[in-house]
Amino acid sequence: MSGEASKAISKDVLWGGGRSPFSVSYGKMMMWYFLVSDALTFGGLLVAYGFSRAGSTAAWPIGEQVFRAMPFLEGHYPLAYVALMTFILIVSSVTMVLAVEAGHRNDRSGVLKWMAWTIVGGFTFLGSQAWEWSHFIHGSGGSFLLAEDVTVTGPEGEVFEMTAGESVFMDHHFGHLMEMYLAGDPAVTLSEEGGHIVLTELGDHPHEAHLHGLTLNKYVEGETMVEGDAMMDLWNARSENFSFGANLHDSEYAVQQSYSNFFFFITGFHGFHVFSGVVINIVVFFMVLNRVMERRKHYEMVEKVGLYWHFVDLVWVFVFTFFYLI
Amino acid sequence: MERDDLIVNDSYALNAHHSEEEGQAIRKKIYMVTLILSVITAVEVGMGVMFKRNDTFTWTAIKWTFIILTLFKAGYIVMTFMHLGDERKNLRNAVVVPYFIFIGYLIFIALTEGASHFGLDLMFH
Repeated sequence: MSGEASKAISKDVLWGGGRSPFSVSYGKMMMWYFLVSDALTFGGLLVAYGFSRAGSTAAWPIGEQVFRAMPFLEGHYPLAYVALMTFILIVSSVTMVLAVEAGHRNDRSGVLKWMAWTIVGGFTFLGSQAWEWSHFIHGSGGSFLLAEDVTVTGPEGEVFEMTAGESVFMDHHFGHLMEMYLAGDPAVTLSEEGGHIVLTELGDHPHEAHLHGLTLNKYVEGETMVEGDAMMDLWNARSENFSFGANLHDSEYAVQQSYSNFFFFITGFHGFHVFSGVVINIVVFFMVLNRVMERRKHYEMVEKVGLYWHFVDLVWVFVFTFFYLI
Repeated sequence: MERDDLIVNDSYALNAHHSEEEGQAIRKKIYMVTLILSVITAVEVGMGVMFKRNDTFTWTAIKWTFIILTLFKAGYIVMTFMHLGDERKNLRNAVVVPYFIFIGYLIFIALTEGASHFGLDLMFH
């Protein structure tokens, strides 16, 4: 046992007691401990999500069916937007680690450049998340629950035995007018023409929406659109229980409300972390700009905010897998 | 016994500065990890889109593949980006070991309680 180290070291890197447990500064170690506890929080949320999902008797929505829209584009792009968000966050994590690396070489302009890019990446991710939330909240056509059991035939002759309480999904145009109609908008009228349901909106730009088909199993495996008589059978078996998009009380995505609640809570709590990470990044950016780190002779503050930023990326990796993929 | 509670010449100590060559080596590693993370994510998305979700063995196997790939990604982020791999071993253990004990216990208890509560075999459902 050699006991005390023989090397003389600078006093200002030691803790108050003259020692540095784990050979790190106090701030860095506390950041690690904070991250451990925060990781347990997210771990708890994801375990709770899995618990609810496994215990759910009704079908649980799957990511590739729910998250398949892209801004400015028509059509279906399953998981593409979420993958893009994941990539944005990974890239901003890379620019952050490059800022930390520049800090260790005392390269002030390098730190500023890479931190600026990290902040841009953070805002880009937050903007993407805002779009995704908006799309999730507005929904894509809405659904109604069946009031009675009905058996319908699909386009390829397959038979669906639908029971009361199951969801049937409308298309975007029809659902949009239906929502206005149900809200009591006097400009929207509902009529039946030649075996079709027609919604008409009067006003400056009068237009109609025809019920062309109703979709079964939209957010689970086996999405099918039924038309003609089968569609009318479903329509006539509707209850008054319509849902459009999602909020804290209602959701078109699933019969069980917990799906949307977990979406809002987990991605919202993560988004809050991203937001606070961006704010701290901006603060540290201005500290570097004002040459605070040069006076301190080290860039450890960049490293500490970097740890937090990577943690945010780390959490998203797990959210991506457990909420969207599985 | 070597003391490791002093900030001496660790590569990430406050008073340690990296040379241009060291920086180059670190950057190379960063770009490598970026590539690995991007490729794994692309593979995951591809698998998620390609395979049907049902009760077959294939989907169960894919779910476990997702989890293993995710743990790989997490390992790269923590060990390289957060450079926990370059810290002292006792700090690494102080972070990783308690986490896995607690989260392991939570997962274990959720699976056991869930299995008895819902009457489901959660592991292979």
